[in-house]
Amino acid sequence: MDNRSFRKKLEQLAEDAGNPLDRDYLERIRSLNPEINAFTEYKTALENPSNGPLKNIPFAVKDNMHAVGFRTTCGSRILQDYESPYDATVIRRLKKAGALLVGKTNMDEFAMGSSTEHSVQGVTKNPWDTERISGGSSGGSASAVSAALVPFALGSDTGGSIRQPAALCGTVGFKPTYGVVSRFGLTAFASSLDQIGPLTRCVEDARTIMSIIAGEDSRDATTLKGTRSLFLRKLEPSIAGKKFAVPIEILEYEGLEKRVYDSFMDMVERIRQEGGIVDEVSIPSVKYVVAVYYLIAPAEASSNLARYEGARFGFSDPSPNYAALVKHTREKGFGEEVKRRILLGTFTLSSAYYEAYYSKALRVRRLLNKELSDIFSQYNYLINPTCPVIAPKIGEITDPLVFYLMDIYTIAANLSGLPAASVPSCSVNKMPVGFQIVGPRMKDMEVLDLAAAVESISPFFEHGLAPIPERWSA
Amino acid sequence: MLQAVIGLEIHAQLLTVTKAFCSCSAETFGETVNSAVCPVCTGQPGTLPILGNGTVKLSLMAALAFNCRINRRSFFDRKNYFYPDLPKGYQITQYFRPLAEQGFIDVRLGNGQKRRVRINRIHIEEDAGKTIHEGASSIAASRDRGGTLVDLNRCGIPLAEIVTEPDITSPREARLTMETIRDILRYMSVCSGDMEKGDLRCDANISVVDTEDGKSSQRVEVKNINSFRFVEKALEFEFERISEAMRKGHQITKETRTWDFASRTTISMRTKEEESDYRYFPEPDLPPLEVSENLIDKTRREIPEMPDRKTDRFIAEYGLPEHDSTVLSADRELSDFFERAAGLTGKPKETANWMMGELIRILKEQGLTIGQTLLKPEHMADLLDLLDSGKISSNNAKEIFPDVVTTGVMPSEIAEEKGLHQVDDEAEIEVAIREAMSANPKAVDQYRSGKKGVLSYFIGAVMKKTRGRADPSIVNEVARRLLENE
Repeated sequence: MDNRSFRKKLEQLAEDAGNPLDRDYLERIRSLNPEINAFTEYKTALENPSNGPLKNIPFAVKDNMHAVGFRTTCGSRILQDYESPYDATVIRRLKKAGALLVGKTNMDEFAMGSSTEHSVQGVTKNPWDTERISGGSSGGSASAVSAALVPFALGSDTGGSIRQPAALCGTVGFKPTYGVVSRFGLTAFASSLDQIGPLTRCVEDARTIMSIIAGEDSRDATTLKGTRSLFLRKLEPSIAGKKFAVPIEILEYEGLEKRVYDSFMDMVERIRQEGGIVDEVSIPSVKYVVAVYYLIAPAEASSNLARYEGARFGFSDPSPNYAALVKHTREKGFGEEVKRRILLGTFTLSSAYYEAYYSKALRVRRLLNKELSDIFSQYNYLINPTCPVIAPKIGEITDPLVFYLMDIYTIAANLSGLPAASVPSCSVNKMPVGFQIVGPRMKDMEVLDLAAAVESISPFFEHGLAPIPERWSA
Repeated sequence: MLQAVIGLEIHAQLLTVTKAFCSCSAETFGETVNSAVCPVCTGQPGTLPILGNGTVKLSLMAALAFNCRINRRSFFDRKNYFYPDLPKGYQITQYFRPLAEQGFIDVRLGNGQKRRVRINRIHIEEDAGKTIHEGASSIAASRDRGGTLVDLNRCGIPLAEIVTEPDITSPREARLTMETIRDILRYMSVCSGDMEKGDLRCDANISVVDTEDGKSSQRVEVKNINSFRFVEKALEFEFERISEAMRKGHQITKETRTWDFASRTTISMRTKEEESDYRYFPEPDLPPLEVSENLIDKTRREIPEMPDRKTDRFIAEYGLPEHDSTVLSADRELSDFFERAAGLTGKPKETANWMMGELIRILKEQGLTIGQTLLKPEHMADLLDLLDSGKISSNNAKEIFPDVVTTGVMPSEIAEEKGLHQVDDEAEIEVAIREAMSANPKAVDQYRSGKKGVLSYFIGAVMKKTRGRADPSIVNEVARRLLENE
C-alpha cells in the first residue's frame, strides 16, 4: 500500500457502508506485525461500527488505555492478563464516531521509557530500520502508524512519549494542552503530566481525531470546558508574520547530534523564507527540566502504582500474608525501570526529603511556567528539534540517564501543560527527524495550524502524507 | 496536681447519597459484602475521582456549625500506605490545606458551666474498606494465619475529620465533647452519630501535666474507641496509667495505643519509631476545591439552631431547668416536638416533665426515636387537659400513655374506652363509703374512738371499688364527714 492508495483506501472505507469489515488492514497487521512487534494484541474480526464521521476507519491504542474486549497490560507482567473492565473515554468517543478498534500497541512498561524496549511483550522495532528502536513509550503506536498497519493510533505523553516516537518513526504526533483530552481509562503514570493524543500520517488527520476525542468529561475532574469546539474549524497553515522563539539552552545542549541540529536549522531557514520571524531566546529553567521531571513523575508514579499489590487484580505471587504478597508480587511483577522509578519517587516523597526534592521541584516547575508564559507574551511559538538524536540501535543505550536526557526537548510542554506537536522535517541517513512546535495553553489549534504549514514545506512528506517505508509500502 | 490534657480526632461519616468520589450509593449498611462498589472505588487502573457536591455541602455545614474559618480554596492530597482495605494504595485527604480551620464549640459541663474547645481543623477524606481478620484476635495474629478478608463497600464513603485543640481537661469532658459534637452533627443530618456502628469514630491524644511544676508527660494516642462511654473509660485508664508512672518517676513513651474492649484497658500498638511515613503530596487528579461566598451563605442559612443555643433559649423562654433543657435540646426531633407541644398546652414545664420522664423512658425501652412513634403534640395537649380538669388521675395518665405513644389514639378516647374518667360525683362516693363502713363496723368504731389513721383504710376501699377513678380529695372529704358526723 503506497501513500496514494492509503488515502484512497480511507476515503473508500468512509464511504462504504455496506462492508464494515476492513480485511485489508487486518491482513496487513497479521502478516507484517511479527516483523516490528507493534501490537500486543489485535482482533481477527471486527464488530459493526456506529454511524459517524470515522465510520469503518480502523485504529489502534497504546496498551495503557482500557477497551472492553481487550487486555490492558501496560507492557507489564503485573497486568499481563488484566481484562479491561470498561472503555476509556477516548475509546468510547471514537467508537461512537464509527471508528473500529483493531488492537492495542506495545509500550515501555507503564510508559516509563523512551524506546519501547522495556516491555514484557518484547521490543517494538522502527519500520525505517528494524535494527533501531521505535522510540517510546508510545513506540507501538508510532511504529504501527509509520508502517501503515493502521491509519491512526492513540498514544499517551507524559514527558514526550507521543512526540519522541513520532519523530523517530516519521509520523505526526500531537500532545494537547493538559486537560483537553480526558484521562479516564488511561492507566496513570504521572497524573499531572499524562495526556492522550493522536499519532497520524498527516496534520489534518490529527485535527480530525482531536475533534472527536477532545472535550470536557464528567469522569475526569481535570478536563477543561469548551475544548472540543477548538478543533472544529479548518486548519489555517500560515507562517508569514508569525514569531518563533528558539531557546538557546536547547541549541547549546551538548547531546544534540550535529545532523539533527543541521536539519533543524534547515527548517528554521525555510520558515524564515516563508516570512516567519525566528529569534533565539533564553529560558534559563529549561536546563532543569529533566531534573524536575525525574522528581515529579516518579513521585506521582510511586503512588499511582501502589495499587498493583496482587490482592485484587493482575499478577499475584501467592504468599502467606499480606506484606509478603505485596513484596513478592511487586518484586516479580515489575521490571527494573519501573522499580527504579518507584524507589526514586518513594524516596523523594518521604517526609525527610520532601522539602529538599519534591517541594523544590514544584517551585522550579512554577518558575518554568512563568518563563514560558513570558516567552508566549512575545512569541507565537516555541520551536526546537523533538529529539536530540535519530533512533538509536536496539540495545545500544544501556545507561538510563542517557534515555532520560533524550526527553530533554519534550518535557517542558508536559511540566507546563502546553500543546505540542512533532512533525517530520526531513530524513538523515534515511531515518526521520522530528520538528517540535509548542504553543501557549489552549492554543492547540494554532499549534496544528503551524504543524500543517511545516508539513507543507517539509521535504519529508509526499502527497501531503508521511511516507511509508519501502518495506511496508510494497 | 496532675491534670489531663486531651485533644480529639474525630471521623464522621457524612450522610451523603453517593460516595465521595464516585456515584456508588453511600448507604451500604446491610449490603452484601463487596457489592456496593465500582471501578473507581475499587481502584481499578485508569479510574479517576470526581468530588460529589453532597460531600462538600455536608462538610461545609459541619465547618460552619463548629464556627470555623472556611478556606475559600482548599486542596486534596494523597496519604500513601499499603493496607488490604485501601485499594488505591493511598487515601485521598486534605493534608496541606484543609477545608476549614480555627473553629470552636462550647461544651456544657452540666453544672451550668461551659468549656470552650477549639477546633484546629476540619477536612474531607475518604473512608477505607473493612478488614476482617478471620479467626484471629488481632492483626498481628492474622499475619501468621493469613486469614484476612476485605469488604470494600465502605471504600470511598466521605468522612469529615474534625481535630480539636488539646483544650479538654478530663476524661469526662472528653466524653461530653464527643456527645456535643455528635449532637451537632445529628442536628444537621450531617452524620448519624452512631459510634457503635462506626459512623462516628474517635482517636484521643492525652498527656498529663503536673500543675505544680508544669512538667508534662509525653503524648499518647488512643485509637479504636467505639462508644461514648469508652471515650471516658479509655482516657480514665490512660490518665491513671500515665499519672502512676509520673508519680513513680517513670518515663512515658510517645506511642499509639488501642482501646481493648475485652480487658477494658489500653494496649500499645506502636511507638513513634514504628510510625509510617505517609508520603503526603498534592492529589493531581482533583482540582482545588473552591468554595464561593454564595455557597457559604446558602449553607449557613440551612443550619438549624444548634443544641447549645437552644438550651439557653429553653431556659430563658420556658423556664426549664438546665438539665431538662439540655436533654430536650440534644435531639432535634425531641426539641421540635417539645416546642410544638408546649405551644399547644401552654404549660412548658409540665410538658417537659412528661417528656423527660415517661416519654424518654418509653422511647428507650422500645428503642425508638420520637419520629418513629405515632405520638403528636396534640396528644400531649389532650393529656394535660385531662389532668388539669381532674378528669383522670396522674396514675391513670401514666397507665394509658404508652398506648397513646404506640397507637396514636387520643388520650381522652382511651380514658373513655377504659372507663378511667375520675369519679367526682359525691353521691356515688358516699354510697361506696357507706358500703365500706357497714362492711367493717369495727374500723368505724376505731376511728370514732380517736384512731384517725384508719381513714386511709376507707379511702383505699373506695379507690378499690372505683378502680382508682375516684377523686382522692373528694373521697377524703366525704369519708371524714360521714365518719365524724354519724
